[in-house]
Amino acid sequence: MLRTLRQICSVGIVTEPMADGDESLRVRDALQERVRDVLGRALCVRHVDAGSCNGCELEIHAIANPIYNIEGAGIRFVASPRHADLLLVTGPVSAHMETALRRTYEAMPHPKLVVAIGDCGCTGGIFGESYASRGRVSNVLPVDVAVPGCPPSPARILQGILTAIGR
Amino acid sequence: MSSRRWWDRAERLGGVLPARRLTATDGEWQQCAADVAAARGCLLALWSVDDVSGAGSRVRAAFAIEPGVLIVELAVDRGGAAYPGLESVYPCASRMQRAVFDLGGLRSTDPDRRPWLRHAAWPAGLHPLRDTRVRAAEGEPVHSGDVDRDSSGAANGARADDYAFVRVQGDGVHEIPVGPVHAGIIEPGHFRFSVVGEKVLRLEERLGYVHKGIERRFGELGLVDGHRLAARVSGDSAVAYSWAYCQALEGLAGCVIPPRAAWLRGLALEVERIANHLGDLGALGNDAGFAFGLAQFSRLKEHWLRTVSAAFGQRYLLDAVVPGGMGVDVAPETARALAAHSSQLAQEVHELRRIYEEHDGVRDRFAAAGCVAPELAARLGLIGLAGRASGHAFDVRVDWPCAPYDQLLPSVALRTQGDVAARVAVRFDELAESCRLVARIAGGLPGGAFRLEVVAPAAPSFGVGVVEGWRGPVLVALDAGPGGRVLRCHPHDPSWQNWPGLEHAIIGNIVPDFPLINKSFNLSYSGHDL
Repeated sequence: MLRTLRQICSVGIVTEPMADGDESLRVRDALQERVRDVLGRALCVRHVDAGSCNGCELEIHAIANPIYNIEGAGIRFVASPRHADLLLVTGPVSAHMETALRRTYEAMPHPKLVVAIGDCGCTGGIFGESYASRGRVSNVLPVDVAVPGCPPSPARILQGILTAIGR
Repeated sequence: MSSRRWWDRAERLGGVLPARRLTATDGEWQQCAADVAAARGCLLALWSVDDVSGAGSRVRAAFAIEPGVLIVELAVDRGGAAYPGLESVYPCASRMQRAVFDLGGLRSTDPDRRPWLRHAAWPAGLHPLRDTRVRAAEGEPVHSGDVDRDSSGAANGARADDYAFVRVQGDGVHEIPVGPVHAGIIEPGHFRFSVVGEKVLRLEERLGYVHKGIERRFGELGLVDGHRLAARVSGDSAVAYSWAYCQALEGLAGCVIPPRAAWLRGLALEVERIANHLGDLGALGNDAGFAFGLAQFSRLKEHWLRTVSAAFGQRYLLDAVVPGGMGVDVAPETARALAAHSSQLAQEVHELRRIYEEHDGVRDRFAAAGCVAPELAARLGLIGLAGRASGHAFDVRVDWPCAPYDQLLPSVALRTQGDVAARVAVRFDELAESCRLVARIAGGLPGGAFRLEVVAPAAPSFGVGVVEGWRGPVLVALDAGPGGRVLRCHPHDPSWQNWPGLEHAIIGNIVPDFPLINKSFNLSYSGHDL
């Protein structure tokens, strides 16, 4: 126990200041002012891997680490789409995940914000469209913000989320 | 006949990896597998090849035996009888054989004929690795209103929901279906638990949700571009996959990479292992109810990735390894920074290990949870990290060392308890060893070129690469076609062998321990679903 406390004290607070959104990532203009009014400063996010190579997941995990500290900004990941304001989607949409992705989206309450993460989510990436892949997320769902990168850095993912809610 | 005699009969393949290839008859195919199993060799992969140039269809198995990788090839008459299945010798072959049928249309004699990688994306009679007709259905939208019917009429065949799970019956037995979308930030897959109260009687996995046509996509690429797709088979093992692909390509092309390139690849591979083990150790603490662990390890991981990014220009090394060497060189000052950081990291991890080991709650959750005893692990063919936690001391870096490992002499991490605690201990040991290796490699990088030009061979040829990724041995088998094209490329993740191990590990444990046990394996969905 003493060792644990000593470790906590010696590390201290490592959180860095948060960046702002980046309007260049926005691909769809949906009721921005209203979204901000409704959601205030808190946001619930649901993540769906729709066919990713799992690279983007590693960087989405990173935004929750003590350095980026997404929860400190009032944003948290939730387990159910019913609780989610924003859907974070990675990967090209595999044919086998299309139904699950659509059902997740349909289960969300409005405003149903969608942020596509990574080159695959933005364009289909190296996998493209094929018998097994529907390609980019916007081929399946309306996408508000798209964050390119393979994988995008945690700072860019954060910017994408903040852009979607007009912060 | 011992496995050694099959090896002596086989033809040597080019490249740095000790690898040989053998053509077998129907009877020899099963006998060879049985001999390899008797000598405690393991099945590395099983896949099929359709040779458009007229050699017909073949099924191939790759075995790890003491002297090296043995590829055994069996010609299969497409219109004729099924090929002999290997399930009775290697239970993990079952899913591989089902995938071979789904994608390539060759049927084994083994009894389980349920589809494995095919859900509803293409019809039952078609096989995307050889049927051009599958293209006709490409890109057809599945409308959300149609999900309870066959998604695009008869053409799309069986629904994913039709899968015939094994039912457990009895008083008080009920099922808990989980997924494909899970509650956390993880990949999709379906788990079907049969439970009594909280106790798990049986777990059955249903995978294939992130199947995105990787093997057919390889066939559309040039040989010198395939490493980019290989790196994205399972992004957390990008270095292992791209290195294995390049090893296969360089082997068949007769290209010997410069010493600096080999050392830089070793550096990249250990850097990747450190990042993943740091992430897992934090997540394992968290799943045991010790959030402190997640906070500390994810902080260490973030700082590590920043140093890696300064050295390689990328936090995750998806484009570091290229045919002929490395896509990027590491400058002397950033190599020194990596070496210094790895030494300091080893000390910090050592301190956190003591905290984990002294914490009663963590110890209690880790010990005896999700146990796979060594005998069962050997029977199931458990491999890589999970295998080493259950007494199977196989590590490609140690058993078949190629540069730079032939000069570094890494030690193998080994435990025999086979529980979550053992898989945690193997990670801690490997993390410490990788920190030592990074300091040693970064401090001793040979000079000279870091990349050579690779000239693709004019004639069709075959090569294989095996690299010890953080999860276990990653295999890439490459058939080069004419004109510098990929004819067939099969990437194989150790998760294929270990997913069935997870089904056994959870038996008799309680449902709330599943996330912890699952994380202690941390298997790849993408690398498996292809």
